[in-house]
Amino acid sequence: MSSTHSPTSGTRSRMPGTRSRMPGTRSPMAPPRSFLWSRRIFLTLLTGFVLIPVYVMVSSSLKPLADVTGKFRWLPSGLTVRPYIDIWSTVPLAKYFMNSLIVAGAATIASVVIAVFAAYAVSRYEFRGKRVFTVTVLSTQMFPGILFLLPLFLIYVNIGNATGIALFGSRGGLILTYLTFSLPFSIWMLIGYFDSVPRDLDEAALVDGCGPLGALLRIVVPAAVPGIVAVAVYAFMTAWGEVLFASVMTNDTTRTLAVGLQGYSTLNDVYWNQIMAASLVVSVPVVAGFLLLQRYLVAGLTAGAVK
Amino acid sequence: MTTTAFKEPVRQAAPGTAREPRRRTGRLRRVSLPYLLLVPALLLELLVHLVPMAIGVVMSFKELTQFYIRDWGAAPWSGLGNYKVSVDFDAPVGEALLHSFFVTVGFTLLSVGLCWLIGTAAAVFMQDTFRGRGLLRALFLVPYALPVYTAVITWVFMFQHDNGLVNHVLHDQLHLTDKPSFWLIGDNSFYALLTVSVWKGWPFAFLIVMAGLQNIPRELYEAAALDGAGTWQQIRRITLPSLRPVNQVLVLVLFLWTFNDFNTPYVLFGKSAPEAADLVSVHIYQASFVTWNFGTGSAMSVLLLLFLLVVTGAYLLFTSRGRRAADV
Amino acid sequence: MRSIRAAAVGAVTLSLALAATACGGGSSTGSGSNDSPKTLTYWASNQGASVAVDKKVLQPELDKFEKKTGIKVKLEVVPWSDLLNRILTATTSGQGPDVLNIGNTWSASLQATGALLPWDAKNFARIGGKDRFADTALGSTGAEGKDPAAVPLYSMAYALYYNKQIFADAGISKPPATWDELIADGKKIQAKGKTALGAEGSNLSENIHHVFVFAKQHGADFFTADGKPDFTSPKVVEAVKSYVDLMAKDKVIPTGDAEYAQNQSVSDFAKGKQAMLLWQTAAANLKSQGMSEDAYGIAPVPVISGTPGSGTQVNSAVMGINMAVFKNTDNIDGATQFVKFMTSDEEQKILNTAFSTVPPVKSAQRDAAFSAPATAVLKDTLATSAVALPQVASESQFETAVGTAVKDLFADAAAGREVTADSVKAKLQKAQQQMPAA
Repeated sequence: MSSTHSPTSGTRSRMPGTRSRMPGTRSPMAPPRSFLWSRRIFLTLLTGFVLIPVYVMVSSSLKPLADVTGKFRWLPSGLTVRPYIDIWSTVPLAKYFMNSLIVAGAATIASVVIAVFAAYAVSRYEFRGKRVFTVTVLSTQMFPGILFLLPLFLIYVNIGNATGIALFGSRGGLILTYLTFSLPFSIWMLIGYFDSVPRDLDEAALVDGCGPLGALLRIVVPAAVPGIVAVAVYAFMTAWGEVLFASVMTNDTTRTLAVGLQGYSTLNDVYWNQIMAASLVVSVPVVAGFLLLQRYLVAGLTAGAVK
Repeated sequence: MTTTAFKEPVRQAAPGTAREPRRRTGRLRRVSLPYLLLVPALLLELLVHLVPMAIGVVMSFKELTQFYIRDWGAAPWSGLGNYKVSVDFDAPVGEALLHSFFVTVGFTLLSVGLCWLIGTAAAVFMQDTFRGRGLLRALFLVPYALPVYTAVITWVFMFQHDNGLVNHVLHDQLHLTDKPSFWLIGDNSFYALLTVSVWKGWPFAFLIVMAGLQNIPRELYEAAALDGAGTWQQIRRITLPSLRPVNQVLVLVLFLWTFNDFNTPYVLFGKSAPEAADLVSVHIYQASFVTWNFGTGSAMSVLLLLFLLVVTGAYLLFTSRGRRAADV
Repeated sequence: MRSIRAAAVGAVTLSLALAATACGGGSSTGSGSNDSPKTLTYWASNQGASVAVDKKVLQPELDKFEKKTGIKVKLEVVPWSDLLNRILTATTSGQGPDVLNIGNTWSASLQATGALLPWDAKNFARIGGKDRFADTALGSTGAEGKDPAAVPLYSMAYALYYNKQIFADAGISKPPATWDELIADGKKIQAKGKTALGAEGSNLSENIHHVFVFAKQHGADFFTADGKPDFTSPKVVEAVKSYVDLMAKDKVIPTGDAEYAQNQSVSDFAKGKQAMLLWQTAAANLKSQGMSEDAYGIAPVPVISGTPGSGTQVNSAVMGINMAVFKNTDNIDGATQFVKFMTSDEEQKILNTAFSTVPPVKSAQRDAAFSAPATAVLKDTLATSAVALPQVASESQFETAVGTAVKDLFADAAAGREVTADSVKAKLQKAQQQMPAA
């Protein structure tokens, strides 16, 4: 949202992403001791809070079953990689993994492309209904999922009956659903980001003979990479972790990880070590991707969302 | 949401000046192009959000019980019946909804407050470089990056009564409780839910505030330092006030996400949440799916939506007015 | 201008909504067709140790069926946590399987939706007649006076499983036949450092099955004769309280069990931590967890006094799985053929052996395979002292409402709060008021 109230903020002097790190830092004066100690204590406690569940996840995934079904113990009685082998056969994890990858990947790509177009239109053009559009899109963030869960099935089924395109129970339906989950936030963030890309640049491209789409693809998109990456990460995470819609909209062949993982606890025994191992396996790609891209994320948010 | 409000009029004349013959089509394209660009987004929002929501509103006026779900077009209209049941706070259904609503409000306020507090504190403390800052920052983002299901299930494991880490630490090692507590059932479940929600949510605040800090001009700090302000004073006089616009967005987004959060309580407690942690999203889920009364469930959802619309509207009005006043 | 746009968008939205409404709902065409005679979709419930195990059991049988009839059956084993939701969604959307398994207690509730094919005399004739099935099993296939909504497939009953070693160590010579004996035995077992009895305090269905039997033993019913909920009569309150008291007052159920909902009590029993377990057909479960069949004994569920029988001597609900056909199937003949196949003597023997259940088909039941002592107890219980859960349309709501009440009461007991007749009544009152008015 706009923090700049000046009506001439269309052009900004610096390109986002290329700005120096300087504005973010405080004065060069050495902070007082009280500050350093508060920082040390606070960050230590916070690290503990953050790390303990992560430690539990990692250590439990390497424990034999007896360790995780009995009294909790900080250190495993013995280390085993057995859970990591068993997870693939207890439930068809590889299949769920593939499904999640396809669904989340496709939803992310589609969501980003659509959001880029929409955000470009809002950022660069004045047209009727613009405000209605942005407000409507953003207000969908308020909809409780339950309210449109069932109607959405009905629509998918009816579309399927009318056109023969199977949306219900298929990956396509899930992709369509998830991409709209991340769309509002993505559009909104990209509008902010595109606003910060100087207009002079795309106007120059227009003069050079590029069409508006050429200007978007050749000038604006490359300049907005951090924002786009941030949006993509967000879209992927949204799709990767969703439980409610996936639980009723998928079947045996299209089930995604978030639902499939529950397979470990409907068994007679709760295989906690396998649950933890599987959790870790499905988390690693997202967490790794997230951490690799976090620099872009901060840069993207800096220029986009928090402006 | 106010992004578009203060935009300068777009310069429409830029292209075309050199190309007389193509002017007409060029203008036509210029007029329709923004709409063309919006069509995919608009269609999808209509398909997945707006139309289903409209149907949901229609459902809320129907008597949609197990006898009619098979062909709900034929279900009898019940007028405001579902709404009356939902807001009759003397009767158990309405009373339970109201209770659930209060639990949700309390939970949301606490969770958002804590997320904001921890996130801001961490971001401000990590504004200056120090050894290990990069590592710490990556570490702090892990809870947010974890898929909801895996994060929450790990907490379930830790909150178990007999074998969980929490009781092991609090009871066996620190002897803080007389006997092991229950976290997943009974009254403590509220704190369990809050803990998980804050653990999962604060890094988002951290991330946004961190981004917001990047936008504070260094000159402000330098000027303050010249005035003799120390680090604490700089934080109070420069950092926090400069974060106001960021916070306005952040708190709203956190509020909406937390209030509507379904995944966390659902994975933590399953289909019937304990009374103390009966969030409205799960409550409505139960009202519709478990008791097969989709009409009442829809009515409750509509009420929830209205509440969120009013709160958001009021919030935006209040904060933007406050900001305008502050700017003068 | 802005408002006009908004109005236009609103109008489009609404018209789309109405269009969807008009064609909303499942296909309401009468009784199915034979448009795709070569395939069937079958949703099986999860009977064995895991979805994978079930697939291994079922697939060879489906292959046999395909060989015999040329009909390919697409199998999906749906976990219990999803099954009811999936059925509801299928009912609402009309997009579901052709044939499916349902928990037999849901029969009347699902029957009320009108989505399932009614098994009238004609349909029963196509699978060999109604009298092939045991009466107790048929008693849990839908509301009385209506054509059954499903056909019995597997039967189950509750029994008391006890660890022989722990009993011997505590000096107990025979399994308890009454609740007083069970409580007394429990004290002896606890003195030896083991826990006495397991329960799944947070599992709504388990709670229901137990309080239903307790109510019967106290001579009470949750529903009046004409199907109205009646949860707060003194006898029902007493019955529910006496079940929760096993934890609250008698302390034979450990408080930790209050949060169990994923069969942890079975696991505790299999690991030899806990002496007794009230469970329906646990043999396969226990085996998969490595407990040998010699290690435990199996006895009828206790009663208040005397021996199990009818009336107040009831000691189990009629548990089981029914097989239903979705009315709007596009392979109605194939679906009935498939039901006939699955309820044939031969398949009944194979499947019920694999899942350690009892065949509801009388001729299959007489087979020697089901005369082992363990199965004999279950068979006897089903034949003489088991009663079907209320066959009312609101049964599934009853399970949720009362099951949650019992869960909350267990949570109170676990937290050390007193469970009194008043607190039980208050919870049940709330449950009753949440039931649909009809």
